[in-house]
Amino acid sequence: MADTIDVAATDETSQKLRYYQKGTFTVGNRLVDAAARTVQASEERSNALTSGHRACQGCGEALGARYALDTAMRATGGRLIAVNATGCLEVFTTPYPETSWQLPWMHSLFGNAAAVATGVAAALRVKGKSDVRVIAQGGDGGTTDIGFQCLSGMFERNDDVLYICYDNEGYMNTGVQRSSATPPAARTATTPAVGEEPGNVFGTGKFVPRIAVAHRIPYVATATVADLHDLERKVTKAMAIRGARYLQIDVPCPLGWGAASHDTIRLARLAVETGFYPIFEAEHGRVTGVRKIRDPRPVADYLRPQKRFAHLFRAGHEDPRVARLQAMCDANIEEYGLVDDETTG
Amino acid sequence: MFEVRVHGRGGQGVVTAAEMLSVAAFLEGRHAQAFPSFGSERTGAPVVAFCRIADREIRLREPVTAPDCLIVQDPTLFRVVDVFAGLKPDGFLIVNSNKSFEELHLGELVRRLPAGHAMVVPAGDIAKRHVGRPLPNAALLGAFAALTELVRFDSVRHAIEETFPGRIGAANVAAAEEAHVHVVAAETAAGVTSHAATL
Amino acid sequence: MLKQIEGSKAMAEGIAACRPQVICAYPITPQTHIVEGLGELVKDGHLQGCEYINVESEFAALSVAIGASAAGVRAYTATASQGLLFMMEAVYNAAGLGLPIVMTLGNRAIGAPINIWNDHSDAMSVRDAGWLQLFAETNQEAVDLHIQAFRIAEELSMPVMVNVDGFILTHAVERVDIPSQADVDAYLPPFEPMQVLDPDEPASIGAMVGPEAFMEVKFLAHYKQTQALRLITKNAGEFRARFGRDSGGLIRSYRTQDAETIVIAMGSVCGTIKDTIDEMREEGFPIGLVTIVSYRPFPSAALRNALAGAKDVVVVEKAISVGMGGPLAIDVDEALRNLPHAPQLHSVVAGLGGRPILKASLHRIFREAVVQPWEGTQFLDLNVRVVGREIHRSAKTRRSGPTAEALLRHLAAEERDGTEKGRH
Repeated sequence: MADTIDVAATDETSQKLRYYQKGTFTVGNRLVDAAARTVQASEERSNALTSGHRACQGCGEALGARYALDTAMRATGGRLIAVNATGCLEVFTTPYPETSWQLPWMHSLFGNAAAVATGVAAALRVKGKSDVRVIAQGGDGGTTDIGFQCLSGMFERNDDVLYICYDNEGYMNTGVQRSSATPPAARTATTPAVGEEPGNVFGTGKFVPRIAVAHRIPYVATATVADLHDLERKVTKAMAIRGARYLQIDVPCPLGWGAASHDTIRLARLAVETGFYPIFEAEHGRVTGVRKIRDPRPVADYLRPQKRFAHLFRAGHEDPRVARLQAMCDANIEEYGLVDDETTG
Repeated sequence: MFEVRVHGRGGQGVVTAAEMLSVAAFLEGRHAQAFPSFGSERTGAPVVAFCRIADREIRLREPVTAPDCLIVQDPTLFRVVDVFAGLKPDGFLIVNSNKSFEELHLGELVRRLPAGHAMVVPAGDIAKRHVGRPLPNAALLGAFAALTELVRFDSVRHAIEETFPGRIGAANVAAAEEAHVHVVAAETAAGVTSHAATL
Repeated sequence: MLKQIEGSKAMAEGIAACRPQVICAYPITPQTHIVEGLGELVKDGHLQGCEYINVESEFAALSVAIGASAAGVRAYTATASQGLLFMMEAVYNAAGLGLPIVMTLGNRAIGAPINIWNDHSDAMSVRDAGWLQLFAETNQEAVDLHIQAFRIAEELSMPVMVNVDGFILTHAVERVDIPSQADVDAYLPPFEPMQVLDPDEPASIGAMVGPEAFMEVKFLAHYKQTQALRLITKNAGEFRARFGRDSGGLIRSYRTQDAETIVIAMGSVCGTIKDTIDEMREEGFPIGLVTIVSYRPFPSAALRNALAGAKDVVVVEKAISVGMGGPLAIDVDEALRNLPHAPQLHSVVAGLGGRPILKASLHRIFREAVVQPWEGTQFLDLNVRVVGREIHRSAKTRRSGPTAEALLRHLAAEERDGTEKGRH
């Protein structure tokens, strides 16, 4: 028997998908109507981020950016401008003298992508070119920390910008340092796995999607590279809205997380299925939808394949903080209603 | 060049007084420069503003240290600030008060100035009657025009109307007019003949 | 049209006539009246086709301007002092990207100690960034320089900073001829960007440049400023032809023909200096003034021409490079160094933090430069007594407390005692 899910609950042209086999999540695009296929499945996709960039093998951010921008290009008919913060994405896509961007693209500074995008949007309005849309994008460092002020300003003014944060939970480009998006207990270069509380400490951190919701902007969503349909649906929906929008995508970083480069999608899925990374949507300050967890998994399943959490599993012992992380996941599940009571095996 | 220094407290329109005076001079085709001296801006704090009037371009940018005319909008400043610093020996003095110079303990200072160069004007009271608030600046400018004859009253009137819209402007003009009349009357009574100030 | 108007308001009207399309506003004393004025002009419809954006910081202000300029529209903002420092990263970024943004700097001292009054320390803090820096002597010139700035910036594809002395110019009400819209339109053509974010012609702007090309990029920026020297002169000439007055240019000479002593200064203090010079000339003193309008690019050649015959050059400036000396004096020194009979250079630092520069003090210092020259930097009208007291006091104990507060206490004590302030 195959499981079924809706591709897009609100999309009238959706159809129920059928899985090949129970227990896997492999969906064959051949079984899906052309209209319901992903942008990535199409040869007509814009390849806004095209090949030849210098990302690491298995880079979640490269994947997320490709998915998001190709979708946005289709949604806008190719009328799109991207503003990029300093970071991995900017660096690996524009190694002088080359660029792998096939849309108008600008990099200014680390902390001002949201503000620069505001300026671009204003210029387009003034020129009467409001069919051209603007995306600002950056990593978690450039968004939740140094870019936070400009981000909040853009939200508050309700500028017509979609801000996409590719969250790999650290300053990866500079050598894996802790950001306010780094989860508790994670090892980074500035939260080394030594001392009494190895890794990042509990009681710190910032989850910007919630803050974005608190700004009551038209649309906020989290997404994951493990669910392409969901991500594309969210980008499409966002591009149909005018005003400030925020999308945060969980993008594993094999290098920074100490994970195998082929595990990127698997880890992203585990982050969802453990409740570690809640996937939800919100409009004007209210949560409007969540992605339910099909098969809840214990957080240790997610943590073990990542060397950044290796110090929690030394010599066969499980560090008590794993239980704290589990409690964090349970809290997410409860807060967002990620698990239905009916969803059992 | 004729240099005016206006003393008052924050909220009394000291800066506006200097600006309006500069507009009045401008309307007569003269060059004029008005600017404030900035301390911490809060209501009640001592404020000083300056106005220079000349027939050629005014290039000097320093504060007025040797005024030809002092306008004091608030007599409580005498104990706080050295208001009279640098007042020229043949300078003019206008003080907003319903007391006399003797009562203000300024009798001796005033006697050192040329006859008819110093005047107390109850500008605050006049303003209160016309404008509803004791903002003395417009009235004091009317007095200035009468005392120094450096600008015509008509120019002062236009300057006030340019600065304050509609009814408020009219009320301030009325206050200025009453102060102007007050000064002219006082001079006539004192037997002072015209002593038009020169640049 | 001739108006008796506050400097900030005049500037706002002049800038509006330049048809900016995006204006970013963040308040900071003493430029706030300018952006307020512009906001009103946008809101009441006088300035059409313009987006006025209230941003959340100066960093955002210039960043928004960067985005707007890169997307092909005429962008403007204003700041001062602390605000300029807050946007410092973006200042270098705008210049490095070659975006023709025009920004007003209401010159104000930089803290600590916090100080809202005028000096040139803010302008000096960004003099290496690659922006063109022009200094206005009067509010008329302040208006005119903005009009010229947009044209120069767009021809060159470099950002331009127009410096206007805070309070002294921004808050002074004086006679200004506000140019007509027709005249400004004739002088300043619509913006044609060198680079633009355009879906019809996608390009990547802001790539990383490594060691293999960075030297060349920087050389070209430096070379552009050399081109700017000619462009500034040319534009000032065309401005004179269109508007009928001298504004802008690289430098201005006043009574330097037979001058043996020549003063160099920037901004509004030049007015006071001119009055001083006239008075000294009447006493037979052969003295003149060179006003530097374009500080960056630095007009070395023009200065050498203007100063070649002088015996003494007195640089009066409102900034200090702490630990070195007056930055303008240092730059002038560099320009004059190789003259065959280089004049003696005398460095005066004055007016820091808004301290009034008095004509009487200038009289004194100009004479002193010739008859009793000093070594190094001379701080005009320094209260030596109070300074001496503080040096002595703070040497006595380790925890001597904040310097600024201590100085204010010394000053208050001096005033109370009625002691005559020890003027140098």
